Amino acid sequence: MKKQILEFLKTILIFSFGKFKKFTLHFKKTKTMKDMMIVYYSEAKSARLTGKKVAWITSGGPVEPLIAMGIIPIYPENYGAMIGASKMGGGLCEKAEAMGYSSDLCSYARADIACATINGGPLQGLPKPDMLVCCNNICGTVLKWYEVQARYFNVPLFILDTPICHTEYTPEIARYVRSQFDEYFAFLESACKRKFNYDRLNEVLLRSFRTQVLWQEILDTATNKPSPMTAFDAFFHMALIVTLRGTSEVIDYYTALLATMKDRVTRGIGAVPNEKYRLLWDNIPIWHRMKWLSQKFASHNACLVADTYTSAWCGTLKYVSGDNPIYSLAEVYTRIYLNIGVDEMAKMIIAMIDKYDVDGLVLHSNRSCKPYSFGQLDIQRIVEQERGIPCLMIEADMADERSFSESQISTRIDAFMEIIKERKETSKK
Amino acid sequence: MITAGIDIGSITAKAAIFEDGKLLAAKVIFTGYNAELAGQKVYDDVLSEAGIDKNAIAKIVSTGYGRNSVKFADKSYTEIMCHAAGAHFLNPHIRSIIDIGGQDSKAILLDDKGKVKNFVMNDKCAAGTGRFLEVMARALEVNLDDFGAMSIKSKQPSKISSLCTVFAESEVISLIAKGEQRQDIIAGIHESIAARVSSMVGRVGIKEPVMITGGVARNIGVVHALEKKLGMKIEVSPYAQVNGAIGAAFLAASL
Repeated sequence: MKKQILEFLKTILIFSFGKFKKFTLHFKKTKTMKDMMIVYYSEAKSARLTGKKVAWITSGGPVEPLIAMGIIPIYPENYGAMIGASKMGGGLCEKAEAMGYSSDLCSYARADIACATINGGPLQGLPKPDMLVCCNNICGTVLKWYEVQARYFNVPLFILDTPICHTEYTPEIARYVRSQFDEYFAFLESACKRKFNYDRLNEVLLRSFRTQVLWQEILDTATNKPSPMTAFDAFFHMALIVTLRGTSEVIDYYTALLATMKDRVTRGIGAVPNEKYRLLWDNIPIWHRMKWLSQKFASHNACLVADTYTSAWCGTLKYVSGDNPIYSLAEVYTRIYLNIGVDEMAKMIIAMIDKYDVDGLVLHSNRSCKPYSFGQLDIQRIVEQERGIPCLMIEADMADERSFSESQISTRIDAFMEIIKERKETSKK
Repeated sequence: MITAGIDIGSITAKAAIFEDGKLLAAKVIFTGYNAELAGQKVYDDVLSEAGIDKNAIAKIVSTGYGRNSVKFADKSYTEIMCHAAGAHFLNPHIRSIIDIGGQDSKAILLDDKGKVKNFVMNDKCAAGTGRFLEVMARALEVNLDDFGAMSIKSKQPSKISSLCTVFAESEVISLIAKGEQRQDIIAGIHESIAARVSSMVGRVGIKEPVMITGGVARNIGVVHALEKKLGMKIEVSPYAQVNGAIGAAFLAASL
């Protein structure tokens, strides 16, 4: 019986993931990714049968303690991306709005809240949670979103509060967040009714940090000209660093992906056939328009070589202490990209502009994501002053396709590329 | 060399003919439902008006929202590029352009060679566009062409606080119900457009001299409201509405 259910689930999942084929641009490895995601979701969906626990966790939340405790982490935000890519965001958001949620709320939150109440959505919905883990290092919306879900599913909720580090990580912040990690471990002990395994956590953390190093190396192959990958590829391959970092399969996957990228570099293969212009992307992808955007930029021989989003999952490696990884957890999770001041963000973007040698910056002003979009006008001004490269602002939404105006965005991209082309030609003369 | 520029906007289609740096003719028609047909028609019209044979045209550049529906064009550029080229042709000293068209408004910053340095466009919203004025003209039962002349008579412009066309329309209707003067309401509408556009202009970092282009430039009330709001003089070209087509014809000469 158990086997039959698993097979059935697999069929549904294989069908659902079939839709993602359009992003599997040119990597042999992506089939493995699809398989891994199918296994991951099958296991989570059958957790009740196998006696495992499921925790829903925010995208920037500390997942390693869950993996160390054998709890299956599920990411509503990753699911939100799937909803967006399957163009189900608009419908689900409408449903949430009919339930009384404002259209100004995050589309991931709206889609997830609506999806929980119906028997539908990609993969026929997420597996029900046994507990919720919410870390506000990415935004404030998650607090209310997770409270809503904790009430709906009637499960315990753990909140990890990470104060914004406008300029620095103070001793007070360090003490405050570290003490919460102890509470987090105690929360997991009581949810699983067994002792927390610190040795296991150390192992998981070392693997997690190793995965992050690998991920950074993969992203760094884009410093080559032509770049072997685009940000759209990174948006696809990031699923594993978000959901399963800390597991050995992910290390194998990224090791192979890195080898593929290095091979492409050696053979001079570019992701965009005739790469002439290199761009940097800021903010969460517009999931429902990945193909359109990637073709649009490629038609201008422009390659989005890097982005601030996928690099956020390895941006805090500098705070990792090899001797005492558990001790570094608080700092690693507090100082992430979305939890720092706008000046700090601008510094990081300028460093990326130099590192990847880009000709322009594309900023997605994401109606859903306030902390990501809030400082963009200042960032744009700082970048224009410091590096003098053209910047383009696109107003859209990561998952709600109703907030996308194709002809306006098309004109903006065309005009932006006209400026870049003209500048590059003038500078050559 | 004779060249043509065709600008297909959301409300009107424009065409211009150029010969060796001189504007020979320009034409404006309504775009209507079929952008491709409008492109063909405005081109035929401008040619017959100028008395020029199709075969004499060396190059054609299309622009505007319908730029890709002009199949007979040799190349297409965005209206941002074409408005810059057009304004630079009309007055080489221009450093900023405020373009208010049917469905969008833009602020374009130029360098000293007339090249686009930066631009900002309005978001997915009709407020601050020609479409907004059309909606208001209908609500007020006034011919849109009379808006400018009527508004400058106003001594006390009404306050329109809404940022949204739909809400602004109901606000206007309630002002009518309150018995406010038409000219005051119209002046208020112009001020609300000026407020909307000036925040966009602020983002791009405006530099004088400034030129206004696009169909809305024909409305003197909007121009005055903008001048007041920005505290600077705005140049209005008699060719404001066909500026994009002029720029396109100008760029066609260097293809």
